[in-house]
Amino acid sequence: MKRAFPILGILTAILLSYALYMALVWAPTERTMGNVQRIFYYHVPSAWTAFILFFVNFAASIVYLIKRKPAADIVALVSAEVGVVFCTVVLVTGPIWARPVWGIWWTWDMRLTSTLVLWLIYVSYLFLRRFSSSGQTPALAAVLAVLGALCVPFVYFSIWFFRTQHPQPVMGGGGSIDPRMLHVLLINWLAFSCFAYLVCWSRYRLEKLQRDVDQAQALESLMAPRGSAR
Amino acid sequence: MTGPTGITRATLLKDLRLEWRSKDAINSMLFFSLLVVVVFSFSFDPTAEESRQIAGGLIWVAFLFAAVVALNQTWAREIRNQVLDAYRVSPAPANSLFIAKTLGNFIFVSVLEALMTPLLIVFYQLRSIGPAWQLLVVAVLGTWALVVNGTFFAAMSLRTRSREIMLPLLLFPISIPALLAMVQSTTAILNGEGARFWIVLLVTYDLVFTTVCLLLFETVLNAE
Amino acid sequence: MTETAPVVTVSNLIKQFGRFAALRGVTAEFSGGKLYAILGDNGAGKTTLLRTLAGLNQPSSGEITILGASKFHDICQQVGYMAHPSLLYDEMSGMENLAYFARLYGIASRTRCADAIRAVILSVGLDPDLARPVGQYSQGMRQRMSLARALLNDPKILLLDEPFSNVDLHSATEMVGLLARMRDQGKTIFIVTHQASLLEHTADEFVWMEYGKIVGRTRELRRPEVTQ
Repeated sequence: MKRAFPILGILTAILLSYALYMALVWAPTERTMGNVQRIFYYHVPSAWTAFILFFVNFAASIVYLIKRKPAADIVALVSAEVGVVFCTVVLVTGPIWARPVWGIWWTWDMRLTSTLVLWLIYVSYLFLRRFSSSGQTPALAAVLAVLGALCVPFVYFSIWFFRTQHPQPVMGGGGSIDPRMLHVLLINWLAFSCFAYLVCWSRYRLEKLQRDVDQAQALESLMAPRGSAR
Repeated sequence: MTGPTGITRATLLKDLRLEWRSKDAINSMLFFSLLVVVVFSFSFDPTAEESRQIAGGLIWVAFLFAAVVALNQTWAREIRNQVLDAYRVSPAPANSLFIAKTLGNFIFVSVLEALMTPLLIVFYQLRSIGPAWQLLVVAVLGTWALVVNGTFFAAMSLRTRSREIMLPLLLFPISIPALLAMVQSTTAILNGEGARFWIVLLVTYDLVFTTVCLLLFETVLNAE
Repeated sequence: MTETAPVVTVSNLIKQFGRFAALRGVTAEFSGGKLYAILGDNGAGKTTLLRTLAGLNQPSSGEITILGASKFHDICQQVGYMAHPSLLYDEMSGMENLAYFARLYGIASRTRCADAIRAVILSVGLDPDLARPVGQYSQGMRQRMSLARALLNDPKILLLDEPFSNVDLHSATEMVGLLARMRDQGKTIFIVTHQASLLEHTADEFVWMEYGKIVGRTRELRRPEVTQ
């Protein structure tokens, strides 16, 4: 398994470079927005990747609540962290795109707004992890993750209805999409997913190592004879 | 009356009695609510027409601030002298405690809202085009949404450092869909429009989150 | 025969808080109808052991059996717990506090409740008609009221953590007398304390803890020779 990592790393690097080329060079220029529209190939796949990662977080949290496996807890932590990063990409590329095209920094567009709320929910999740002084932090975090995930459908419905009442500019991908653009979009999504997987894997290994060290230190203090320095 | 219902009732009555006796806490909270309303009215000085458009948001943000201050209070009492341990050691079920605390908070926050509302009406010259009873329905559903999650997250924050900031930090993001519903429905009713979608959303939200909080509270209570 | 059957069994109990191990493998059997004094320096794990027995802490590993049950919640009706904080509401009187906790233990009927509460308050040497809020009691009174709360459900096992700390000598001696009488009635009592001298002639056994383990059990108040 460990040997697969560098191989996957190289493959991902190649894929990302290819996706970059496709997005910036190969993809046709959009008629109305011009080259600025190319940011779409970062904005949308990041959003999809973030949503998948948050779903993984939800699943891992449920597994943890039922089975209490530490591995599930690490997966939950890792997917939340990487998901927040991708969410941030969406929230940054959104205004960068919106400003030159529509003259506004922000639009209460469905994707952007839902992403903002998700970002807030998962950042609060990370805060809980950081600030918890309980021995049962994984259980508390898993509970919060379940509540956060259950909130997501409500976020979508409420923003959808809000938008139908207060129409705002839609950021790309509204109507039908040129098949070449779809192709580039999917390539970028694949590249981002591989990259996300790599980062998650590294982070998982790092966290697991950290916990193993803590465990070993505790065990050492457990076995140490009386009188040795604590 | 025995069993879980009796315990819920006993806990609720105990909380109300304690709240009544520590009048300092109630008074400071009432005054805080008043301050929030006044400060808002200095910040926004709309005409009667405009105020109907923005009042929904203003009212609910004011209620939200008052609720957070109240919510932080009620669990603080269980931490003093570690009384919560006495509950945990007893056979009393975790959910009875949760329901009692939520109901107590609901009553308390409703009292604050009832006191703030006349002031808001006066300061913003509010006159509702839609029927007032619909506003009451929204108030009840919205307050419940804030209070059920607020009580749950306040209990969660007991296990964290910086307890008082953790409550709003956890509560606000998850409450966003409910807040949107509260604000939009209030604005709609004030302007004589339909708010059916938002009310249905609030009802669903309340049902889902009350159920999930009840299912997960025991985990939170015993997370030491 | 039933008197010597163990009511509490602890098997290789380990409790870790992050990198710090508070209990490092505690194994012991405790038989019923005895008063055990748990002694040791600060940080020896005494409070952690008591809280784990009371079901307030989940052990990192190891097993506990109390009255034949491995889950505390199954037998919680028969255990009384008291800690150094009073576990009472400061703004209510003693009677009101106990009335509430009686409810939690299912002592519901009005008259049975009031009688039981009066009896238990009297047994610890306090006045049940005292209407002052508990927050205004002296430390000795508060500890006695806290003990009354632990006795409400007439438990078979008592877990007491530092019941005599900051208590005047007179109150402490009375409490010891009360506990001895309860032991004679067949209750099993565990007392964590720094004031071992109070229990010198009352405790059946002294359990010495050090560095997260039990290092010795003696009949008399004499620190055992520890071989490593």
